[in-house]
Amino acid sequence: MSIEARIAEDQPDSFAFTAENEKEIKRIIAKYPKGRQASAVMPLLDLAQRQHDNWIPIKAIEVIAEKLDMAKIRVLEVATFYTMFNLKPVGKYFLQACTTTPCWLRGSDEMMRCIKDKYGISSGETSECGRFSLLEVECLGACVNAPILQVNDDFYEDLDYASTAALLESLEEDKPLPVGSVTGRSGSEAIDGATSLTALKPKRSGAANA
Amino acid sequence: MLKDADRIFTNIYGWEDPGLKGAKKRGDWSNTAKLIQLGHDEVVERIKASGLRGRGGAGFPTGLKWSFMPKEVKDRPHYLVVNADESEPGTCKDRDIIRHEPHKLLEGCVIAGFAMRAHAAYIYIRGEFVNEARRLQSAIDEAYDAGLLGKNAAKSGWDFDIYLHRGAGAYICGEETALLESLEGKKGQPRLKPPFPAGVGLYGCPTTVNNVESIAVAPTILRRGADWFAGLGRENNTGTKLFCISGHVNKPCNVEEEMGIPLRDLLEKHAGGVRGGWDNLLAVIPGGSSTPLMPRHVCDDITMDFDALREAGTGLGTAGIIVMDRSTDVVKAIARLSYFYKHESCGQCTPCREGTGWMWRMMERLVRGEAEPHEIDTLEQVTRQVEGHTICALGDAAAWPIQGLIKHFRPEIERRIAARNVADAVNAAE
Repeated sequence: MSIEARIAEDQPDSFAFTAENEKEIKRIIAKYPKGRQASAVMPLLDLAQRQHDNWIPIKAIEVIAEKLDMAKIRVLEVATFYTMFNLKPVGKYFLQACTTTPCWLRGSDEMMRCIKDKYGISSGETSECGRFSLLEVECLGACVNAPILQVNDDFYEDLDYASTAALLESLEEDKPLPVGSVTGRSGSEAIDGATSLTALKPKRSGAANA
Repeated sequence: MLKDADRIFTNIYGWEDPGLKGAKKRGDWSNTAKLIQLGHDEVVERIKASGLRGRGGAGFPTGLKWSFMPKEVKDRPHYLVVNADESEPGTCKDRDIIRHEPHKLLEGCVIAGFAMRAHAAYIYIRGEFVNEARRLQSAIDEAYDAGLLGKNAAKSGWDFDIYLHRGAGAYICGEETALLESLEGKKGQPRLKPPFPAGVGLYGCPTTVNNVESIAVAPTILRRGADWFAGLGRENNTGTKLFCISGHVNKPCNVEEEMGIPLRDLLEKHAGGVRGGWDNLLAVIPGGSSTPLMPRHVCDDITMDFDALREAGTGLGTAGIIVMDRSTDVVKAIARLSYFYKHESCGQCTPCREGTGWMWRMMERLVRGEAEPHEIDTLEQVTRQVEGHTICALGDAAAWPIQGLIKHFRPEIERRIAARNVADAVNAAE
């Protein structure tokens, strides 16, 4: 996608970090050696995005450049290189669907179809109500719990068509389902109970949810 | 099958408290100061003796890598950087270490950092792991509060700080020099080597970049002895390994097993076997998306270790095992990986930037059979022109899956082309 298409046309006139985030910024910069404050550029972009409805306006990029004594273009370069920085608005629920081979083998097409059926959106689009945006993303690194849908910060795992629908309905009501596997397995153990560490296995795990 | 007593990650499924209290119960931090009293070089020697090879994909001997750091700290500080940018399709082991065994990683940082005379570590975690990063940060905070990090870490006499740094969605930052660039606040584009990070790394200082699993197993190896670790697996392929089993098995899971376990045992004992039975197996990608696939007949008796898989023309990589049964459109499965590499190419080197897009478009045509048979050879040729002609291994990683597909499934590609040609002829006749 061209850079222009990734950046919002409507931009706010100003941006300022909140007092609380200003404190956080001092803490972040202190992680890096003196004179290496540019290392804080990604954490600061993330902070700006979290403060500003999940997208980063150009004004924020200018503010960050000034704070870190970087050229604006260097900050913009970083903001456009990394896919997690949104440079235009997204819906309240930002759905990032993994469709890379391990998720695809486990039915990510069904997850995508469910989202399409519900909101008529494909990757890069936002629902008519404005609350749901969808992005097809590359491997989320939870392949044994595939397919994965990341909703804002949270991973929902082991999805199929029906469970994706149930998840979306829970979001519509602003009562999101518990984060993690929709099958109830606690982690990456086999679905009906682990085959190792069995002596340690607590009673609540696995089988109850199979 | 590996005995539970020989498993390092006893909380890999997160059944117990991942916090400091639970970690101490599992033996973490129990005698860190004593391990550090061994001295810098002895720690390195013992890790060398254990035969531990890097768990991030390349399998380079970990102790040897540590030994490349300068023996004296001069004007530039030394750094340990932990690669937690886990993004190789099929791989999800570091995520479990971070969220369920974070203290193994932190203690490993102190010990590895000490071994290489570093007083600070940066852990670079992929941006999407937001909750995992929170968990890790809270483990770091706990460790500071308990005096296990900071000045005189764990009363060892060694000062050690750990900082967490989050990425923001770029597979390429898993390449160690791209990771360093990213950590310095730049685009994640790999550096030309040499100089290697041990000479000129983070902020121009001597640096070692290690995978999460490599660091997290170090304390246990030192505690239980290099001989214990070396006694598992086989020569040059020692120890235990976290395997991630995804795709068409009945019960996808992560499991810690002995290096060199037969693939079939691994799938059948831990992952409920291949969907529809072993005879329904089509192919397996053994070590994350970059490693060439193996057709069924190779899978029958292959063992899962570095050397056996290399001899079979593929690799152990990250031990992210992607299983495909006979219902799989294998050309499409590989084409999807080609799209992945096209998406993740950093754009720095022409063969990769242009080649990954070219190979992906060609693969999409092959999925539909829209090609001439000789174009299979053209594609194979192009993969050879990308492989080995780029600064980092992403170009290779994009080439290998396609080479594996052509090597083992050429008849399937040709069948599609023939079917397409017949269909086109029929359409033209109508």
